[in-house]
Amino acid sequence: MQLTNRAKVLEKKPMTLAERAYLPAIFQGLSITMRHFFMKKATVRYPEEVRPFSAFFRGLHVLKRDEQGRERCTACGLCAVSCPAEAITMVAGERKKGEEGLYREEKYAISYEINMLRCIFCGLCEEACPKAAIYLQADKMAPPRYERDEFIYGKDRLVEPVSPDERSVRGIQLTPDQAATLRERIV
Amino acid sequence: MLELPALGWQSIVIFVVFALSLLIATYCTYAERVIAAFLQDRVGPDRAGPYGLLQPLADAVKMFTKEEFFPGGANKVLFVVGPCLAMITALMSSAVIPFGNTMSFGNNAFFLQGIEVNIGMLWIFGVVSLGVYGVMIGGWASNNKFSLLGAIRAASQNISYELAMGMSLIAVLMISGTLSLREITLQQSVAGEWHAWNIVKQPLGFIIFLVCAFAETNRTPFDLPECETELVGGYHTEYSSMKLGLYLFSEYVNIFVVSAVMSVLYFGGFNFPFQYELRDWFINSQGWELNSAQNLITLLGTVGLFLKIFAFIFFFMWIRWTLPRFRYDQLMRLGWTILIPLAVFNIVLTGALILFGVI
Repeated sequence: MQLTNRAKVLEKKPMTLAERAYLPAIFQGLSITMRHFFMKKATVRYPEEVRPFSAFFRGLHVLKRDEQGRERCTACGLCAVSCPAEAITMVAGERKKGEEGLYREEKYAISYEINMLRCIFCGLCEEACPKAAIYLQADKMAPPRYERDEFIYGKDRLVEPVSPDERSVRGIQLTPDQAATLRERIV
Repeated sequence: MLELPALGWQSIVIFVVFALSLLIATYCTYAERVIAAFLQDRVGPDRAGPYGLLQPLADAVKMFTKEEFFPGGANKVLFVVGPCLAMITALMSSAVIPFGNTMSFGNNAFFLQGIEVNIGMLWIFGVVSLGVYGVMIGGWASNNKFSLLGAIRAASQNISYELAMGMSLIAVLMISGTLSLREITLQQSVAGEWHAWNIVKQPLGFIIFLVCAFAETNRTPFDLPECETELVGGYHTEYSSMKLGLYLFSEYVNIFVVSAVMSVLYFGGFNFPFQYELRDWFINSQGWELNSAQNLITLLGTVGLFLKIFAFIFFFMWIRWTLPRFRYDQLMRLGWTILIPLAVFNIVLTGALILFGVI
């Protein structure tokens, strides 16, 4: 049965003198390895060098604050509903008087946990969020840890720092508009 | 100037040669790994110290702290003697290699050479062929069939290739007429003549010697004695800790020695181009004394010899990471039916060329 036309019939010819002498083949091999000696090395020296991330890499989550430093999340639960891996849990609470500088809406998340062992980093929570509160950072991964419970990230590790300087280090954390234009460009 | 009897100077030279062979063998392990990595588009060990230069130290610490293991039923005495013998013979052979010409301070003149004997080449051959006992005894005493097979392979391989190696050397002897390595070196560069290294007169002999050198040092493509795919670890399957270290180490010392021998026999040893012109220039234009100019040339020659040795060591490693291992019957066929007839032919050819006054 012939599947393709690429099959090549090999003729077994007796070896020529040069082939039998083996030395030309050795020199050919040596020249190949010597070429590789001067080639660019494939190694990435990991802790010092990090392989560049793609601009739309979906990494570790971050809970964003708004321009005045208030948490954007209102604990509506849409992210938890949309999550196919059921990695997100939250407890909603009501904002008290005097906390207007901390939370943007009257309702906020008292606790917000993502289990990074369950998370599949699909980014559906980011798409579901009506308040532009949760994003998957393009420059951070969930690092390896020794214990399972260390993978359950609470608000202490998810909410971004208050100081505006630290909030968008490489400008990679995209705003909804930028994300939209980027997605158009990929399609 | 420090007044030392000639023997005192000589013992310093011996000590330095001893230390240098060990140091070079140590850094061969590092070089091997780095070169292997580079040939495979990797970077090799780079964590211990700058560029990983302390890696040999880390390896040594690892080797020393490993468990010392004796297999059941092994002959304990011979099991220890094996690696010792391998190491001793490897180190002994560097004694007669002329690492440099004469150094003279005042009335003291001494050679940069462990011992100058008129049978230098025979010495190297005798000691190197003793080296197979280290492998043989170690493999035998392990009480392990893989070790024994490796040892037997090593023995038969070394004996087969020593024949061709010896015969390729006879051609060199016919040209030089002496067994002293120092004499052979000096003959390759005579003042006022063209520097004709033996490689020009003995290209075929050099190739035979080179192939046999690979087989004698158990390097790829002739590393059948420790063929991992068939024999686990060959003759050192049962070895651990520093006894294994000694075996691996003696292999590198052997490479160093055989590279030195090749440089001396075929590549002019400590001679380098325009050495006499350079010496005369120092004496005539710079007003140096004859002695100090000669000493400088000697030191430069030593550096040159080591450069040649390093080039050969690199070549050994380059070959190792290029060629696959031979099958055992191929190895024997190459040795007995190709190299030995070629070596005999080389002797006849050299004889004819000498007879007709070509070389």
